[in-house]
Amino acid sequence: MLESNKDSAKLDAMKRIVGMIAKGKNASELFPAVVKNVASKNIEIKKLVYVYLVRYAEEQQDLALLSISTFQRALKDPNQLIRASALRVLSSIRVPIIVPIMMLAIKEASADLSPYVRKNAAHAIQKLYSLDPEQKEMLIEVIEKLLKDKSTLVAGSVVMAFEEVCPDRIDLIHKNYRKLCNLLVDVEEWGQVVIIHMLTRYARTQFVSPWKEDDGLEDNEKNFYESDDEQKEKTDHRKKPYTMDPDHRLLIRNTKPLLQSRNAAVVMAVAQLYWHISPKSEVGIISKSLVRLLRSNREVQYIVLQNIATMSIQRKGMFEPYLKSFYVRSTDPTMIKTLKLEILTNLANEANISTLLREFQTYVKSQDKQFAAATIQTIGRCATNISEVTDTCLNGLVCLLSNRDEIVVAESVVVIKKLLQMQPVQHGEIIKHMAKLLDSITVPVARASILWLIGENCERVPKIAPDVLRKMAKSFTSEDDLVKLQILNLGAKLYLTNSKQTKLLTQYILNLGKYDQNYDIRDRTRFIRQLIVPNEKSGALSKYAKKIFLAQKPAPLLESPFKDRDHFQLGTLSHTLNTKATGYLELSNWPEVAPDPSVRNVEVIELAKEWTPAGKAKKENSAKKFYSESEEEDSSDSSSDSESESESANGEQEEEGDSSEDSSEDISSEHRSDSESASEVGDKRTAKKNSKSKGKSYSEDGEKENEKSKTSDSSSTDSSSEEESSSDSESVSESESEPESRKVAKENEKKKTKQDRNPLTKDVSLLDLDDFNPVSTPVALPTPALSPSLIADLEGLNLSTCSSVISVTEEKLIIKSCSDNWVRTPVFVPVKTHVLLHRMSGRGLAAHYFFPRQPCIFGDKMVSVQITLNNTTDQKIENIHIGEKKLPVGMQMHVFNPIESLEPEGSITVSMGIDFCDSTQTASFQLCTKDDCFSVNIQPPVGELLLPVAMSEKDFKKEQGMLTGMNETSTVIMAAPQNFTPSVILQKVVNVANVGVVPSGQDNIHRFAAKTVHSGSLMLVTVELKEGSTAQLIINTERTVIGSVLLRELKPVLSQG
Amino acid sequence: MNPFWKVFLSSLEFIFMQRNSQEKAADVENVPPVISTPHHYLISIHRDRLFFVSVIQTEVPPLFVIEFLHRVADTFQDYFGECSEAAIKDNVVIVYELLEEMLDNGFPLATESNILKELIKPPTILRSVVNSITGSSNVGDTLPTGQLSNIPWRRAGVKYTNNEAYFDVVEEIDAIIDKSGSTVFAEIQGVIDACIKLSGMPDLSLSFMNPRLLDDVSFHPCIRFKRWESERVLSFIPPDGNFRLISYRVSSQNLVAIPVYVKHSISFKENSSCGRFDITIGPKQNMGKTIEGITVTVHMPKVVLNMNLTPTQGSYTFDPVTKVLTWDVGKITPQKLPSLKGLVNLQSGAPKPEENPSLNIQFKIQQLAISGLKVNRLDMYGEKYKPFKGVKYVTKAGKFQVRT
Repeated sequence: MLESNKDSAKLDAMKRIVGMIAKGKNASELFPAVVKNVASKNIEIKKLVYVYLVRYAEEQQDLALLSISTFQRALKDPNQLIRASALRVLSSIRVPIIVPIMMLAIKEASADLSPYVRKNAAHAIQKLYSLDPEQKEMLIEVIEKLLKDKSTLVAGSVVMAFEEVCPDRIDLIHKNYRKLCNLLVDVEEWGQVVIIHMLTRYARTQFVSPWKEDDGLEDNEKNFYESDDEQKEKTDHRKKPYTMDPDHRLLIRNTKPLLQSRNAAVVMAVAQLYWHISPKSEVGIISKSLVRLLRSNREVQYIVLQNIATMSIQRKGMFEPYLKSFYVRSTDPTMIKTLKLEILTNLANEANISTLLREFQTYVKSQDKQFAAATIQTIGRCATNISEVTDTCLNGLVCLLSNRDEIVVAESVVVIKKLLQMQPVQHGEIIKHMAKLLDSITVPVARASILWLIGENCERVPKIAPDVLRKMAKSFTSEDDLVKLQILNLGAKLYLTNSKQTKLLTQYILNLGKYDQNYDIRDRTRFIRQLIVPNEKSGALSKYAKKIFLAQKPAPLLESPFKDRDHFQLGTLSHTLNTKATGYLELSNWPEVAPDPSVRNVEVIELAKEWTPAGKAKKENSAKKFYSESEEEDSSDSSSDSESESESANGEQEEEGDSSEDSSEDISSEHRSDSESASEVGDKRTAKKNSKSKGKSYSEDGEKENEKSKTSDSSSTDSSSEEESSSDSESVSESESEPESRKVAKENEKKKTKQDRNPLTKDVSLLDLDDFNPVSTPVALPTPALSPSLIADLEGLNLSTCSSVISVTEEKLIIKSCSDNWVRTPVFVPVKTHVLLHRMSGRGLAAHYFFPRQPCIFGDKMVSVQITLNNTTDQKIENIHIGEKKLPVGMQMHVFNPIESLEPEGSITVSMGIDFCDSTQTASFQLCTKDDCFSVNIQPPVGELLLPVAMSEKDFKKEQGMLTGMNETSTVIMAAPQNFTPSVILQKVVNVANVGVVPSGQDNIHRFAAKTVHSGSLMLVTVELKEGSTAQLIINTERTVIGSVLLRELKPVLSQG
Repeated sequence: MNPFWKVFLSSLEFIFMQRNSQEKAADVENVPPVISTPHHYLISIHRDRLFFVSVIQTEVPPLFVIEFLHRVADTFQDYFGECSEAAIKDNVVIVYELLEEMLDNGFPLATESNILKELIKPPTILRSVVNSITGSSNVGDTLPTGQLSNIPWRRAGVKYTNNEAYFDVVEEIDAIIDKSGSTVFAEIQGVIDACIKLSGMPDLSLSFMNPRLLDDVSFHPCIRFKRWESERVLSFIPPDGNFRLISYRVSSQNLVAIPVYVKHSISFKENSSCGRFDITIGPKQNMGKTIEGITVTVHMPKVVLNMNLTPTQGSYTFDPVTKVLTWDVGKITPQKLPSLKGLVNLQSGAPKPEENPSLNIQFKIQQLAISGLKVNRLDMYGEKYKPFKGVKYVTKAGKFQVRT
């Protein structure tokens, strides 16, 4: 049929041949007949012949040459489609003889008028290179030429060829770098992926690391200046130690829109670019897009989750807001489930662990047993990483031991073993329980784990261990090898500690082991026998047998399996497989010194206009120029650049002596107050809270752009409002002289408020205030311009006079302004003070702090702390303020206003607020005077992280019913009966913790309720008196961490006499 | 050396033809997408009971391959109406021609369906008849103009007598509801699918009443990003035909209204071979619209042998092999809530399952976008005629799961 004159017959024949190829039949004997048709006019026949040729040309090289002349002719065809496809097929025919022809064709095509043909030329380069690597030099020339091409069509393909042929010739990119960055958005999506990957590598070799800068940002201003001093830069403008190369910034900015691509590969490519080259503060924006990809097909999910897992190890914060997106659905395939679990584990921290544990509880019950087992391991890892929940997890796991499913039980045994090993505390009960399990469990790993555990703790369970050994000796022959080895170990350990009871048993086991089929076991038997059984030959070693066997073993480290993946570039095949794939290009480290940026300068600037300023800026290279340049650009294209500007703006503010935290908070709160007409104090607080909880993602929100422009005037209105507030204060308390108040206002504006002195002479006016207060309170409340700093001032004044009347009215005021009626006043305020700074170490400055147990006025998530400062020297101490703060992540602190001076023998009380994030982590900061700085820290007792809650018994029971299981911790207390009178218990409990009493109907049950300050989760404490001077103490809370700590603190207090 | 990968056309053909019919459905789900063999790496996707495999020699971003394979599958779907083994076998030649156009030496060439359709015309009965008579081919002989312009997604010279532009706003609710009925996790994902049949080169701009709702958006390449950033208006020159304009996620700060609730009591008796099953569905926060097309799917535990149930509405099926219970409910009428009650037969002797199965619910609400998103107006520039415009809203359940 191929010989037929009719096209339709030919076409039919070709279709059949292609069908044959598809079925895997060899059609090579038809080659001569097919090749003739290459000259056919019918384009479809032509195409099918091409398909055939590409498939068989390598086998029949001589015959294939027949077709070459046709292609050469086609290369001159006026139709660009035909030229392109001829080049394509020509380059696909892998016949070495035609290499020169191909070379020539590629050279010609690379100068073709049609970009489509040039694109194909770029593809042909790779094919020729794989056919004959000798041609490399010539090909590089062509690539160099094509890289200069300005068509978006060509860009992707030529970069592909570049990556294939000469990925190390980074010098070819220099001149085209900016063009590529600018074209990037318009390149077709596949090309984008390739270009982004190439540019990531390029950036890592050409720019200095932006990560140092971040450290600077996170650090306090103090450090900032120090590093400045180090550089000894004596310019008029304060200069940042690191200025990002504008080209670097350009790349980051131009790739940002691509995060919204519909193509998952592009999104991933941008994500890895951000991860590898952008400043750490900007990486956050990729998380949203990556989470979006999780809606996609299962394969995409798989790859994306893997990458997220790697990222989440290093940067927990990035994905924390999306925690819930990683919750597992029962319909997910197991591989997705385990990956999600992995990420959840990486994200676990003190704040979210209780929610996570609850979620894990659901997973453990899953029908997918493999997944359930993985969950148990996860719980184990969480327990080790977060020490506060270890006990809770352990309890939960012990509960699982009674599970019906064997895999689950076995897995929990193994995990419990690891956990117990980690904390050599007394866990006799659990060990006993596990010993009992030996009768029922059949999974060898679990049995071996139990035996090991008993052996290791045989001194703690002296009665059970020999019994277990006896049982095991009976079943020795039928056990798995793994278990046998552990039986031998157990025997040896018991022999050493309790040889009276177990001597015979051990010898019996050793005898059994001697004749075992497995040589490993025989070896072990021999070894143990020599070591522990004393005979004349055994040398010095047996003396140390006990040391050898019962040495302290280091606990295993439960680590993420994704830990070692981070050295691979994200999003690559190598990363997915966790091995180096063929052709993987290592991402180089940042250079110490940036290579000369001028290589990227293009002599004739013909591309995007925005390039002109950038070029100039770089030459001058001063920080000032950089800013102005970025602003210029921002105004020219007001779109995606908000970020860069806000960053630089931040930086500038910071230099003005502003801690970055404050400023960002400030801006966001201003946003809100801007949108809401009334700028109530309470509102402001919620605004702050919002902005905090949303974290970085918020600051990148589109909203910001609009408001950013308003920032300047809103800040002015804000400052004016504060001015008003201070003038308010003036009207209330006439004590303050006018210039002083103005000063305060001015300083407010600068965020450098200083607390004015509190000399004794002003006590008189304070009494005025006292009289005024009841009247002014109702007035003051609706006029909410009462700024926190003012309240702080008021409070400071009040407390120094210790006037009870004021504190009561003030408390009312505070509670009202908190707009949370649920919280009630503390039952009892302990007077116990803690030493913050001893006068000896503080060179005469002594500081004490105590917790007034009042809702904090600076923020409703903060715990208020009052600090009393004493001057024990004979000189004035000037300018007492808080210096550098070293707070754990998430913790916030509202400092007191600096004290200008403290008279000798004088004392002053100031209050501050600390948001401890519901953890008992220490807040460290520096207490500075004019001359010295003292590092001090405050560690809150767990009871102070609570606020009392008023609640009826019915509500209490209802809430308690909802907080069972893992959320419940309990213990039994023994004490003398006189300690268990209601009043004593009440007094003791409220002394330790800031809880509220719940009226109880029963005499023997005492209930207390509170909520945590930061998260507002309920904390329910129940003391139930039992007969025989025991009592049960139960704590129910979502925040299991705090719950267990509180339990530990309450227990000794209640049991002591 | 670099992201160079090669799809061996022939091997591709073979491997994806081999449907893994022996393997059970559950196992298919668990085939890892990336498999490493001694010399090659295999990247596969699983769609419509077919595996699409690509063979790779060197390092390449795996998502690049996966995304491409999905595009290939999409294209087949587009050309043949379905992406099945039979369809591919029947159209081997076209498949070859398509792959030839989509790939060159392992690098994707043309993946836009508009361009492909100009290069290779989709098979229709009429065309095959015409072709056999006239001998003309279904392969275009000119380079699609789109390839060269900077709007590669639109073909040139489009002509319609009726000019229409329709948009479907489809929102899906993903949720996990826990045992007690409280929402563990809920979020709204939406897409706007467009069907544009407009002549010439229309330039459209679509604006929303409340664009702030859209938290995270991904765009079709035709949308001008800058315009969206600055004005929150979708401005674009549309491709011809059906395409997905944007997909978005509604900001998670907004509370998600859950339109249905489920009352359930599923219990298995200890030491006996039966259990009780009782679920009732009712409407909740449905904004006055009827909820239709409700289907409940339950993957019952392995020990369940059979189920004897009576639905008050709709019909149910239970597949004893896959243990999947499907209850097709239909519409909810608030007067009489649909329920499904009955007994579960368990394998005797086997221990009772410790966890109740979770319920997957599907539903549909017409004429409502649950997030409250509303299209404000659609304007057209660049062409003179007046098009018919229409917007349709639908809310569906996405991955909607109720834990019991």
